[in-house]
Order: sequence, then structure tokens, then C-alpha cells
Amino acid sequence: MRHALARFWDSDFIWSWRHSAVAVVASVILFVMLVAAFGAQWIAPYDPFDLAMIDLLDALKPPVWLPDGTSQYLLGTDSQGRDILSALMYGTRVSLMIGAGAVLGAMTLGIVLGLVAGYAGGAVDSFIMRVADVQLSFPAILIALLIDGVARALVPGNLHEVIAFPVLICAIALAGWPQYARTVRGSTLVEKNREYVQAAKVIGISSPVIMFRHVLPNVLGPVLVLATVHLATAIITEATLSFLGVGVPATSPSLGTLIRIGNDFLFSGEWWITIFPGAALVLLVLSVNLLGDWLRDALNPRLS
Amino acid sequence: MFAFILRRLLQSVVVMLTVALLAFVMFQYVGDPVMIMLGQDATDADRAQLREQLGLNEPAVVQFYHFVSNALHGDFGLSLRQGQKVSSLLRERLPATLELSFTAAIIALFIGLPLGVYTALKRHGVLSQFLLALSLLGVSLPTFLIGILLILVFSVYLGWLPSYGRGDVIHLGFWSTGLLTASGWQHLILPAITLSFFQMTLVLRLVRSEMLEVLRSDYIKFARARGLTKRAIHFGHALKNTLVPVITIMGLQLGGIIAFAIVTETVFQWPGMGLLFIQAVQFADIPVMAAYLCLISLIFVTINLIVDLLYFVVDPRLRMGGTKVGGAR
Repeated sequence: MRHALARFWDSDFIWSWRHSAVAVVASVILFVMLVAAFGAQWIAPYDPFDLAMIDLLDALKPPVWLPDGTSQYLLGTDSQGRDILSALMYGTRVSLMIGAGAVLGAMTLGIVLGLVAGYAGGAVDSFIMRVADVQLSFPAILIALLIDGVARALVPGNLHEVIAFPVLICAIALAGWPQYARTVRGSTLVEKNREYVQAAKVIGISSPVIMFRHVLPNVLGPVLVLATVHLATAIITEATLSFLGVGVPATSPSLGTLIRIGNDFLFSGEWWITIFPGAALVLLVLSVNLLGDWLRDALNPRLS
Repeated sequence: MFAFILRRLLQSVVVMLTVALLAFVMFQYVGDPVMIMLGQDATDADRAQLREQLGLNEPAVVQFYHFVSNALHGDFGLSLRQGQKVSSLLRERLPATLELSFTAAIIALFIGLPLGVYTALKRHGVLSQFLLALSLLGVSLPTFLIGILLILVFSVYLGWLPSYGRGDVIHLGFWSTGLLTASGWQHLILPAITLSFFQMTLVLRLVRSEMLEVLRSDYIKFARARGLTKRAIHFGHALKNTLVPVITIMGLQLGGIIAFAIVTETVFQWPGMGLLFIQAVQFADIPVMAAYLCLISLIFVTINLIVDLLYFVVDPRLRMGGTKVGGAR
């Protein structure tokens, strides 16, 4: 066991991680945020959604280091007396979950379509890739907005809050699949002509099995890099949609929703309601982006 | 070349028809237009009559034909929320969005390009490293947050610039412009910087990496061996060849700018198409959404076409009847 750990610690991958200060710092920040987000139930000083714990008299308290701040609320409170720090931790969890869900959805869809396109070739290939091309020429945010809008029109108003999460995840996922499909198709075209695929064909393995059991593991490398970068974009897209008021409802706010709520108080000088969720968002996205950059270099055999 | 243009035109028409089909499906099948127009109390006879009037009993293909021909005449019906004609709503808002978008694109290009060239030439300089770090921050900062920060600093604390609306506009026929008044310019500054920030960092990074690539190539080495001045090598040879991909990306990004104008317009309450669209999404106002989709696609497709044609102007190899022409790469 210790031997295995030591080997893991000395592997190329971990070696390059240990020797990249940026990657280590980004990982630590990300780790802290993950713990804060998913442990919010236990760590957060307050439950911002528990009405019994909210006191309107504590509304709009500034952070602790400003004249009126109290140590009860480290980062201050919003207009309803909710603790910003707690709301932030819960909000980060919502943002992360929607981002991760959207990335998983886009990845699954993109991998399947990319594999099929690359492996089948012909008309199927050109159809899938044409659709991907056309979709890629439209910004993801626009596509997500359209899907969101159509879903709103299809579902009666009182159900909007219930469907907000799945719709948001689907919208961002459907906006993001073409990049995965392109990458996977490209690698599949190369892998398709390798000997192991030929051999599998000769012994009579069916095409779906060859695609998913034999080709898929060999095309996953670039997909992982793409997924990391996409996580950052997905979180930004979610935050943007929520900021625009068509994303997560205010009852379970994400970072974007918190920023939108705080935006109304910007002019009266209560900057902390907006700025702290904004800073958390930037920190989250920046550390994911930095890790993605490092991962791309670390997994690129041409660079090492 | 003629065949190429023809083929690209045909592709564009196919894309537009696909988008129109999407818009048509949204328009006809999302929600019941008869129900929306007559309300719940109408009799069955009234409904049947309106159904006949609207042509909803015709085959889908005929309905699609009518939809496209109406769209070509700029007729997208009435907004469900405001009851006004969608086309006139959009026409009122179009100048605001276009002025904002083009200003942002110009800022992005004229600041991003020189900075990109600088960071490529002075690769290891302190300022270059700083600019690169800043550009990574630019990628991680969502557009709306940039807008909020700018408002906080320049409107709330310093009070230098307005944060809301478009200022005074002058009407020139159907076009309302804010570019001819001082207040219009003041109102334009913050939204335009907000919108351009992401694209600026993109241009910077793109120009830098392309320029580094070109500087490594053989003809640059040869130019150095010939003893050309640095200035001639960098700007006469390297920069010129860097520009081809930059034009492509910039052209394609112009579409992105117009789309991201939705966000900027919301932050600054800029009375453009984006604000109209976001309100339409919030209220599920399908006719406005369908019309916006068609209009934005038309703009995108036109830009793509122009970018492809610009290749011929910039890259002489294509004009010489080269066969390798590959659309937008």
C-alpha cells in the first residue's frame, strides 16, 4: 500500500503537479471551496433558508471590519438579514452542482455523438458534424437562453421553480456538446484504423461494443482537459443566466442569483451583498481555469 | 472563386432555412396561439374561425411557406406581452445594440491587437507577463461582473459616468443615434468597455500566439538574414501574416459580441434588442424570441459570409485560383 502511494507520488503526473506552483495553489483554493460548499450544512454559521434564524433587525449589516459590522456576521448580511457567508457557501454548492451536471450531460452527449460520427462515417457523420458546426457558430449563452425560454413557454408558471434546475442543466449541456463531439470524432477517426480495432472486428465483436469498450478509453484524454475548461464556462453560463433572472430561483440561490439580488443595493452603498458572491465566483472559475491550463500541458506528450 | 462564393451562399441559405424552421416550430407549436389570442372563454365556433383565419388548418409545409414569406417581409406577428408589432419593436431597438456592439468591437481590436503584438515581441518582459496574467483574469471574469464593478467604481464612488440607459439620442430617419451627443457618448463608455473586455483578452492572446508562430517561420529567419530592419520584419512581414486568422476570429466574435450584448444591456439597462430578448425569455414571449433568433442568425450568417470573402482580399494565395479553400476554420 505504502509502495503504491509512493509510486503514485512519484508518477509523472503528480510530479508535474507538485512542481507547478500555480496548479498547487489552484487545487488548494478549489479544495477549500469544495469543502465549504458541500459541507455547508455543517460548517456554515447559519442556515440562510431557515426563516426562524433570520432576524430583520440584522438586515444590511456591513462586514466585520467596517464600523457597523459585528463578528456575528463576518461578511455582513443582505436586505433580509441573511448571513452573506452562509448564503455564499450554499450558493457555491448550487453553482458547482449545476456546472458539473451540465458538463456531464454535454460530455455524455458529445462523446456518444462523436463516437458514432467518427466510427460510422458517411451520411451519419456529415449530418452530426453539420449540426455541430451550425451550433458552434452561435454562442452557447444564446442557445441556453433559447432552450430556457422555450421550456418556460411549455411549462405553466407555477412549475417554473420546480423545473428550473433540470432545465438549466439541460440548456447548458445542449449548448456545450459540439466541442466534445468534434474532439472525440477526430480521435476516433485515428483510432478506427488501429490494429486493435481491426482485430476486434475480425473476431466478430459488435460495433457498439468496439466503440464504447475499446475505442472510448483511448479518446478520453483530450475530453478530460475539455471538461475542465468547460466546467469553468458552464459555471459562468449558469451565473449569467441566473443573473439575467432566467436561471435558478431566488429560493435556492446560486452565486449568480446572489449577485443579481445584491445588484439592487449597489447604488445605496451596500456593496458587500454583490461583491462577495462575485469574488467567490471569480475565484472558483479562475482556479478551475488554471487547473485546466495545467492539465492541458501535463497531458500533452509533445511538451514534456 | 465564383463557384466558391456560390457554394457559401447556398450554405448560408440552408442555415437560414434551418433556423427559420426552428423559429417556425417554436412559433406554431409552443403554446396555443388561438388560446392566447382569444382567452379561455371563447366558444368553439370562434376558435375554429380564428384557426381557419390564421391558416392553422393548412398542411404544415404550406404554413411554413407562409411563415418564411412573412418573415422575409419582416412580419413576425404581434408581441404577446406588449401587443405591438414585433418588427417595429425590433427596429426601434436595433440601432442601440449595433452602436454598442460595433464600438465594443473597435475597442477590442484597437487595444487587443497592439497589446498582442507587444506581448509577442517582448515575450519575457515584465509588462508582458502582467498583461498575460490580466488576460487570464479577463477570461474568468463574467461579463456582468465586469459591468457591476465598473458601475461601482465609476458611477457610485467616483460619480464620473452614468450607469443607466442611453442618454440623449438624435433621430436620423429610422435610425436613432447616441453618437452625436455628448451625453450619448458618456452613456456609451462603460457598457462598451464591459462588452469589449472579454474580446480584448481574446484578441490579445490570439495575436500573441499567432505572432509567435509566424516569428518562428523560415521566411522571417530569411528576412533577418537579408538584414531587413526589425520594423520591416515585424510589421511588414510578421504582422501581415498574423492578420488572417485574427480577421476570421474577430469576424466570428462580432456575432458573439452582439449575443453578449444581452448581458451588458441588462446590467446597464441599455435599450437594445438584447434587453427586449431577455424580457421575452422571462415572459415566454415566443414571437419576439422567434424574431430575435431569425434576425441574430441573419446577422451571424452575413458576418460569416463577409469574413470568408475577406480572405480573398487578405490572402493572395486564394485569389491565384488556389483550390484549398475551407470556409471558416
